[in-house]
Amino acid sequence: MKTYNIIVLAKQVPDTRNVGKDAMKADGTINRGALPAIFNPEDLNALEQALRIKDKFPGTTIRILTMGPGRAADIIREGFFRGTDGGILLTDRAFAGSDTLATSYALAQTLKKIDNVDMIIAGRQAIDGDTAQVGPQVAEKLGMLQITYVEEVVELNNDTVTVKRRLENGVEKVRCPLPLVMTVNGSAPDCRARNAKRIMRFKHAKTVTELQKESADYTNMHNSRPELTIPEWTVNDIETDASQLGLSGSPTKVKTIENVVLSAKDSKVLSASDAEIESMMIELIESHTIG
Amino acid sequence: MIMNNVFVYCEIEDGKVADVSQELLTKGRTLANELNCKLEAIAIGYNLKEIDKQIIPYGVDTLYIADDKRLSPYQTLPHTSIVVKLFKEEKPQIALMGASSVGRDLGPRVSSALHSGLTADCTSLVIGEHFDRKKDKKYENLLYQIRPAFGGNIIATIINPDCRPQMATVREGVMKKEILNTNYKGEIKNLDVKNYVNDADFVVEIIERHVEKSKLNIKGAPIIVAGGYGVGSKENFNLLHELAEVLGGEVGASRAAVDAGFAEHERQIGQTGITVRPKLYIACGISGQIQHRAGMEESAQVIAINTDKEAPINAIADYVITGDVADIIPKMIKYYQKNTK
Repeated sequence: MKTYNIIVLAKQVPDTRNVGKDAMKADGTINRGALPAIFNPEDLNALEQALRIKDKFPGTTIRILTMGPGRAADIIREGFFRGTDGGILLTDRAFAGSDTLATSYALAQTLKKIDNVDMIIAGRQAIDGDTAQVGPQVAEKLGMLQITYVEEVVELNNDTVTVKRRLENGVEKVRCPLPLVMTVNGSAPDCRARNAKRIMRFKHAKTVTELQKESADYTNMHNSRPELTIPEWTVNDIETDASQLGLSGSPTKVKTIENVVLSAKDSKVLSASDAEIESMMIELIESHTIG
Repeated sequence: MIMNNVFVYCEIEDGKVADVSQELLTKGRTLANELNCKLEAIAIGYNLKEIDKQIIPYGVDTLYIADDKRLSPYQTLPHTSIVVKLFKEEKPQIALMGASSVGRDLGPRVSSALHSGLTADCTSLVIGEHFDRKKDKKYENLLYQIRPAFGGNIIATIINPDCRPQMATVREGVMKKEILNTNYKGEIKNLDVKNYVNDADFVVEIIERHVEKSKLNIKGAPIIVAGGYGVGSKENFNLLHELAEVLGGEVGASRAAVDAGFAEHERQIGQTGITVRPKLYIACGISGQIQHRAGMEESAQVIAINTDKEAPINAIADYVITGDVADIIPKMIKYYQKNTK
């Protein structure tokens, strides 16, 4: 039976959906420590699509490629718990400050090192930037076709894939040749839960940097079970033009960042009492705002 | 001579130019006036003979048309090939696209091919200058691409000092569209499509396509009852529907409420949803992150109902009611009916 080689692009993001009051420091900068780091939600939708392909085509391999600091190894572990075969953590200070274009360059240069990839699947966008740019930009840099807003892989037949796309005003079903880059919408099925057996099997998966902080027992375990060692790639493992990396390689620059300060309107403050609600409704009716 | 003009990509569906593209043409005209350059537009599709009438009146000086049966409906690769080649020839200084499923598919692909910066979902675009201390270099007439970021806690101004074009996407409804002059004189340039695309660009086969305009008309509703995560449940959202029905309005939602499954995605108001300007906006259990406010702050009047006295939404509200949505909405319905009958 046909098998596929799938790379899922995933990102560890601060959980901007649950920003508490302590998310901003007194000086107006972001208190990253107050925001939990999570698996970007739409990347989980992407992972599920990959896992469904693996369900139908046993022998298919799924690896996660993530770029980020050392703690982003959590993303690769999370993938193991849910059914992936491995992953690569792309981590280097040279990538710091990358905008979407510099990010997609680093990812594309990494993907060029991986042979015979059939599908690259990513979430439509990450919640910390909401740009939806990295998927299409990676595709362009690899000279690959992109299919965005995927909701379902309908059929996979040798080197042809049929997918359903969810657009803002409708749906589209398209058939296209592999290899390609797909970005998956949040409206696609949620990712399956972690598998208890896989948690037991992979909870000790660690990067080399993480291993150095552990006891010798860990190293012995990884020697006997090499699949537990998460590869860490740096800028030295890929071919890059330094002028396209990181902050200096990013065409977009952040000129200013303003903390959001609200200028308060002159508002009427009401209680929930019947009398106050009624007088408000009468005011709105009399001003022809309603009615 | 290359003029380094302002360019707008015009999205076309069923022979109609998208609202968001016309809104960007109006914005593009303003920017071109300020920069003392031309406003140019590109229309790609099929049967575009009359399309200029929907584009040039917005003040477009040059309209490039690529008309070919294979170019409709939109597909990534052929539209990218045309835009990239045209931009290489014309070297625009600014390129604007709708932050729609088309613009957000095309924009990043084009920006990658041209190695130019792209900022998504801008809420404001203005011209300004920049001084780079490291390079000791002053830049004039840059496009400030302004957008909320990081969960709406900050507003970032993004610039592309060195790469051209400076690209930005903007959501529908954020800019206002306005016909400049119904008799505006613009030049039409028909592109020889075969010089702009390759046969290899047409590898995608569109098997089925259902385009349905949203049945909801939230954008045009005079009254919007919007709910946030604080509404608490899908059941409580029914109260919002009741109030909206009684007042003759529509129900909107914050992103948090949509993410929680309380409301459909089509109802999302804010930077990554719809932008609305109703007569009355009733915000129920919405804290009021900047990304939400970006989509509703031009409402004529705002009522904020919240258990949190410190909710940011209160600062832009005309009426602040501190209390529980489930308690207050039935009272609003009751006293509306009592006083209108």
